[in-house]
Amino acid sequence: MTDPTTTRADTASCTPDDVRTLGTPVDGRVPDVPAEQAWDDRRLHYPLVAPANRRKFTVIVVGTGLAGAGAAAALGELGYDVECFTIHDAPRRAHSVAAQGGINAARARKVDNDSVHRFVKDTVKGGDFRGREADAYRLGQESVRVIDHMNAIGAPFAREYGGELATRSFGGVQVSRTYYTRGQTGQQLQVAGANALLRQVARGTVTLHTRQEMLDLVVADGRAQGIVVRDLVTGEVRAVTAHAVVLATGGYGNIYCKSTLAKNSNATAAWRAHRRGAYFANPAFIQFHPTALPLMSQWQSKTILMSESLRNDGRIWVPARADDDRAPEAIPESERDYYLERRYPTFGNLTPRDVASRAARERIDAGFGVGPLKNAVYLDFADAIARLGRETVVARYSNLFHMYEQATGDDPLSTPMRIAPGAHFAMGGLWSDYDMMTSVPGLFVGGEVGWGYHGANRLGANSLLSACVDGWFTLPYAVPGYLAPLLGTRVLPHDDPAVLEAVEAVHARTERLLSTGGTQGPDRFHRRLGEILYRYAGVTRTPEGLAQGIAEIRALREEFWRDVRVLGEGAELNQELERAGRVADYLEMAELLCVDGLDRDESCGAHFRADHQTSDGEALRDDTTWCRVSAWESPAPDAPDARFVRHDEPLTFQAVPLQTRNYA
Amino acid sequence: MKLTLEVWRQRDAASPGAFETYEVADATAEMTLLELLDRLNDQLVEQGREPVAFESDCREGICGCCGVNVDGRPHGPQANTPSCEQHVRSFADGEVVRLEPLRSAAFPVVKDLVVDRSALDRVIQAGGHVAVDAGTAPDADTTRVSYETAEMALDFAACIGCGACVAACPNGSASLFTGAKLTHLATLPQTRQQRGARAVAMVDQMEHDFGPCSTFGECAVVCPAGIPLSAIAAVGKERMRAFLRGRAS
Repeated sequence: MTDPTTTRADTASCTPDDVRTLGTPVDGRVPDVPAEQAWDDRRLHYPLVAPANRRKFTVIVVGTGLAGAGAAAALGELGYDVECFTIHDAPRRAHSVAAQGGINAARARKVDNDSVHRFVKDTVKGGDFRGREADAYRLGQESVRVIDHMNAIGAPFAREYGGELATRSFGGVQVSRTYYTRGQTGQQLQVAGANALLRQVARGTVTLHTRQEMLDLVVADGRAQGIVVRDLVTGEVRAVTAHAVVLATGGYGNIYCKSTLAKNSNATAAWRAHRRGAYFANPAFIQFHPTALPLMSQWQSKTILMSESLRNDGRIWVPARADDDRAPEAIPESERDYYLERRYPTFGNLTPRDVASRAARERIDAGFGVGPLKNAVYLDFADAIARLGRETVVARYSNLFHMYEQATGDDPLSTPMRIAPGAHFAMGGLWSDYDMMTSVPGLFVGGEVGWGYHGANRLGANSLLSACVDGWFTLPYAVPGYLAPLLGTRVLPHDDPAVLEAVEAVHARTERLLSTGGTQGPDRFHRRLGEILYRYAGVTRTPEGLAQGIAEIRALREEFWRDVRVLGEGAELNQELERAGRVADYLEMAELLCVDGLDRDESCGAHFRADHQTSDGEALRDDTTWCRVSAWESPAPDAPDARFVRHDEPLTFQAVPLQTRNYA
Repeated sequence: MKLTLEVWRQRDAASPGAFETYEVADATAEMTLLELLDRLNDQLVEQGREPVAFESDCREGICGCCGVNVDGRPHGPQANTPSCEQHVRSFADGEVVRLEPLRSAAFPVVKDLVVDRSALDRVIQAGGHVAVDAGTAPDADTTRVSYETAEMALDFAACIGCGACVAACPNGSASLFTGAKLTHLATLPQTRQQRGARAVAMVDQMEHDFGPCSTFGECAVVCPAGIPLSAIAAVGKERMRAFLRGRAS
C-alpha cells in the first residue's frame, strides 16, 4: 500500500509535465453502432445467467443510496446472492436522501417538444461535451421506466389536478421534464429504494450489513474479488469475498469540507479502489451549486443546499453599486443588477449551474456581494409573489422556505434569500467503460462515484436519474454479463494471500492513525484542506494557483501524518478514527484533483481556467486537444519522483455535434 | 455566549453511563446544536480527551441520523425540528443544557449519544415495501392519482425515520412511525395491493419491539417531518381492516 507521507520537492511553479506522464489510452468499449442504438445492441450481446444459477454468484454492493439500493435490490430480485454494505445505521440515510428538486425523465408526454434526443442534447451540451454520448443516450432511454418503477414502489410523485404526473423546469433546459415530490424528491426516491432493498433482505436474497465501512478492495488474478470492511461499532476488520464488487459510494464533494454534502459522505471506498488500480476520471470536474447558503460563521459545518428549482420563480440580483450596505428592500428596482437576466436573456435565472455559479462568484469578487460577510447574492421572490400570489409560491417551495428560515432566521417571503456557490456534485469519479466496469475487471460503479453522464457539468435533476438508472436498469444487465463466464468458480478463500495482504494493510493503517500521537484532530486538517481547495481549485482556477495548491496539499499531508491526533481505540465505535481515515484519503485525492485541473489546459463546464476565456468571460474549450477523458493512475507508493499517469479516452459525438455552449 | 453542557458519556452498550460536565465559552447564537457539539469536540481533542460520539449526516433535516435529547426533550427545545436545525439562539447565555441519547427500551445506547434504531427498520422490513420488481411497473400516468391524494400521501411519506416519536412517548411506541408508512402506502392506488398483509406484518413486528400507543400525542410535537397525529389511528384502523376483510388486500 501507499505511503502517504511521501513528499516531493516544493513545486509551486510546476507544470503539468512535472507532475504527470502519459500512459496508454483506455477503451470505453462503446458498441460500434449509432449512439441511440448502443444500449439495445449491448443488451443483446450480454451473456445471461440462468435463473437457477444466479444464487451461485455472490455480488458485493457497497452503499445503499439510490444506485446501491437499486442495484442490490434488483440483483436480489433476479436471484443473485447479494452482500450489501453501508456505513449508516439504516439504508435510508444515504445521501441521495437530501436531493431536493427532482428527477429528469424524457417521457415527453407534453407538447413542449421534448424527446429522448433532446434530453441527450441537453445533457451532453450541459456537460460541455466532456461526457460519453452513448451513456447519455442510455440515461435518457431508461429514464422513462425509472419514473414508472419508482412510482410503483411507493414514491408519491407530485400530481396535477387531472391526476397525471406533474413536471417542472430545471436549469439548462427549455422543456419541463423534471418529476418531483415537493422539495424532497431525493428522500421519497431514497426511502422507496431502501424499502425495496429491505424487501429483498426479508426474502433472504440480500444480506445487509449496516455500520460497516469498506476500507480496501481485494484484487486477485487481476479481478476485484472482495472488500475489506471495518465494523464501525466493534472495530472488527474482516474480508468479504465475492464474484463481483459494485461501488455505489457517492461523490467526493466533501473534500472541500464546507460543501452541500452530508458529513459522512466520503471518498474512501473509491480512493482505496483507485489505489488498487481503478483509474480516476476527471477529478477536477466538481460542480459548485449556485444556490447554497453562504458561510455565516466559523463553526458552520456545511453550506446547506437550496434546491435549484427555486430559480424557476426566484430572481437573482445584486446591488448595481459595489459595497451597497442598504437593506434589500431599500434598494430601488433601478439600482439592482439582475445579472443573469442581463447576461443570459434566453435562459435568465435558469442558466446551468456552472454558469450561474461563476456569474455569482464574479459579482461577489468584484465587490457586489451582499450579507454581513459580502459573500452572497440575493434570490428574490417578491416578483413571483406579486405575479402568482403568496399561496402558490408557498405551495411550491414551503419546505425550502422553512429550511432557509430554520438556518438563517430570515423569512424568504418578506426578504430575499442570500445564496452563494458551494461545492456540490462530483462529475468526476472512478473511470468506467460503457458497461459501468472500472479498469479493474469485476469492479463496477453506479451513481455519483462513477463519471460517465455529466461531462464537465451536471444538469439539475440528472443525478437522481443517473443513480436510479445505474442501480435499477444498467447494473442488473451489465453485472450478469460479467458473471456469466465465471459460472462454476468459487469466491476467493479468506486465506488467499491477496485477502490477507489487504486485511493487513487496513490494520496497519488504522494502527498508524491511532499511534501518530500528534496535537490536531482530523477535522482541523479537513477544514484547512477545504480552504486550500476553495482558494486554488474553486469556481475559477489558474495554473499558478493549482500549482500552489499542489504544494500546499503536499505540505498539509506531511503535517497530517506527523501531527494528527486520533483519540480512543480501534476496537470500539470511534468516529474520530473514521474521520481521520477519510481525511487521510482526501489529502491524497486533493493532489490529484489539482493535478487534473493543472493538466487540463482549457476551460470546460465547471472547470473554468481564467487563462482560457473569451473576451466576455465565457469558458473557452479546446476540442482539438481536450475532447477526451483523463483517466488517472496515481503513483506507486514510496516513489519520491513518481508522477501521476494519465490515460486518455477520446470522446466522439455523433448525435450532438460539438458546438460552443451558449446560454445567451 | 457561555453554555454549560451536561453530556451523557457511555463507553458502549454494556458499560454504565454518566453525565459529564463541560463548558463551551465561545458559543454563538447562529450555531446549530450539532455545531455546538463540534465545537465542544474540538475543545476536547485539544485537551486530549475523547470527543463525544453523536450521529449526524446531512445536517439539513432530511436524513434522520441525528437525534439527541435536550433537557429531556427529543431533538431540542424547538418543536418539530431535528437536532441539526436546533440553534444555540434557543438557549440563554450561561444556561446549563443537558444532552443525552434518545431514550427508549427499543433504542439501546451504542456509545455516548449514539443509539441503535434498527428496530424501526425491522418494522419496514416486515412489510413496509411494495412487491414490484424492477422493470415490471405499468406506466405511471395510466393510474391517475388525484392531486389531493398525492399530497396526502406525501404528508405521511415525509417521515425521516429519526425515532424522536419513540423517544418522546412515555410508552416508547412507534405508532407515529408505523402509522405514517401504513397511511402513505394505503393512500396511493398503486401501492394498495398488499394493504391487509402489510398492516398485519408491520404492526406485529412493531409490537415486538415497541410499546403500545399512549395516545398522549407527544410524538407529533417533536416530529421533525410534521407527521400528522392521525397516523397513530392508522395503526389500529389498518389492522382492524385487515382483520375484517382478510389479509389479502
